[in-house]
Amino acid sequence: MDEPKIRIENVSYFYDGKPALRQVTLDVPAHAITVIFGPAGGGKTTLLRLINRLNDLVEGTRMSGRVLLDGEDIYAPGTDVAALRRRVGMVFALPLPLPGTVRENVLYGPRLAGVRGRTQLEEILVRSLTQAALWEEVKDRLDDPANALSGGQQQRLCIARSLALEPEVLLLDEPTSGLDPISTGKVEESLFQLKQRYTIVIVPHSVQQAARVADYAAFFLRGELIEQRVGREMFTAPRDRRAEDYITGRFG
Amino acid sequence: MNQPQRFRWAEFTIEALIRVLGFSTIGFVLLIFLFLLREGLPTFFEVPLGNLFGTRWYPTFDLFGTLPLILGSALVTLTAIVIALPLGVATAVFVREVAPGWARELLKPMIEVLAGIPSVVLGFFGMTVIAPLVRQTLGAPTGLTAFTGALILAYMSLPTLISVAEDALDAVPKSYRDAGLAMGATQWQTIWRVVVPAARSGIVTAVMLGLGRAIGETMAVMMVTGNAARLPLTLDSLFRPVRTMTATIAAEMGEVAQGSVHYHALFAIGIILFLMTFLINLAAALTIFQKRRRGGLR
Repeated sequence: MDEPKIRIENVSYFYDGKPALRQVTLDVPAHAITVIFGPAGGGKTTLLRLINRLNDLVEGTRMSGRVLLDGEDIYAPGTDVAALRRRVGMVFALPLPLPGTVRENVLYGPRLAGVRGRTQLEEILVRSLTQAALWEEVKDRLDDPANALSGGQQQRLCIARSLALEPEVLLLDEPTSGLDPISTGKVEESLFQLKQRYTIVIVPHSVQQAARVADYAAFFLRGELIEQRVGREMFTAPRDRRAEDYITGRFG
Repeated sequence: MNQPQRFRWAEFTIEALIRVLGFSTIGFVLLIFLFLLREGLPTFFEVPLGNLFGTRWYPTFDLFGTLPLILGSALVTLTAIVIALPLGVATAVFVREVAPGWARELLKPMIEVLAGIPSVVLGFFGMTVIAPLVRQTLGAPTGLTAFTGALILAYMSLPTLISVAEDALDAVPKSYRDAGLAMGATQWQTIWRVVVPAARSGIVTAVMLGLGRAIGETMAVMMVTGNAARLPLTLDSLFRPVRTMTATIAAEMGEVAQGSVHYHALFAIGIILFLMTFLINLAAALTIFQKRRRGGLR
């Protein structure tokens, strides 16, 4: 295997002294979908939030271990956190359009990053929405308020918003938990398109979804990484009993 | 067996009670307004309009020009808001978004204590401390100026403004902050471009409440603005004495003969004041309503 895009090295994490991750070591390959799954409270979201340092502002936490992006420790002193977050985008469980129009939402990040040219912004707008499989549906509604879109469209808008920054990595935290099956299908569809250009880490909202999208899969239980496999193998022939029980629906 | 029936009665009574209380609030406002109209409207027949909206307020000579008073109130109030708005919003942002937990716990009660300072005390403070300061540093002939009043008013409206704005910021879900940060915004960019806009309608409300407090404030303003009913139209008016509508009513109501023209005129000022606050609130409500339709939050 090539050098992994992200390497999580022996990471432990504590909220107010309570462990959320225990000595996790995990490689995330580039240009593939890595699925992080397991029962609630397993530390999946925490792990995602560590990859773009979103937990920096949470008080009372402690971390040990290293997170490497392209071989560089993102927690090294002197790291430009804002620049890191432009390289590592994140989509949340709830579709969360910011106040403003569809156009404003997509161009929010680029504008913050200092992109000013009108044609350049227009290009970003079209490209991001197309990649998120939303362009056809909203091309005539670009100046409508973002929260007038349907839930599924809003979530794809959030994906487009992340893509507008041309990140290298896209983190998705249960991106389809609030969506109906058709919208879910569309979001997954766009993920398959996206993985050719981006490295994707996703916390799925069901085992079925995990199995559908996973190139690689990692099973988490109570903060521990239990098993890590190529997706196909994980969901047909898991080695660990607990992973098998969870996948076949015996617990969780 | 009777239980369901009894429950329904309790329900009915409580509902009726709430309804009566709710409507009585509206009723009281209406009654106050009617009273204002009854006492104030005669002015509009007794005093020619040209006089009433003239530039000179000398009731002893039957001159009832309210223009200096209206403009005086407007000048003092608007200046106060211009001072209080950036300070208040910045303080709210600091308390809510930036300050560490222990500082927040310390600052919040202190800000609330500020709101409890009686206006006479502030007026006294303004007269003895601020006014000399204004006179010396700004070279005004007297320290009792519109600007002094605006400073005191800004100070008075700050606690309200900060508390309400802070609540509005607090109501912005944490996920908005995450979304902003995740797009590569710095903490400040997230605060100014995501959190504050998301709390905009709450902040507008905060300003309006502050404005409401400022325009209706009487005692402190009366003590520090000098109370000269001159038309504040020149550039230096801000640093000259003015007289507000509220101060006029408060100062003259005690000495006026009930039922006289002067008495009615004071109530007419009350009507004008009432209409102005009503318009301010209406404008605020409309802004919020429009924001909501254009896709803002709440």
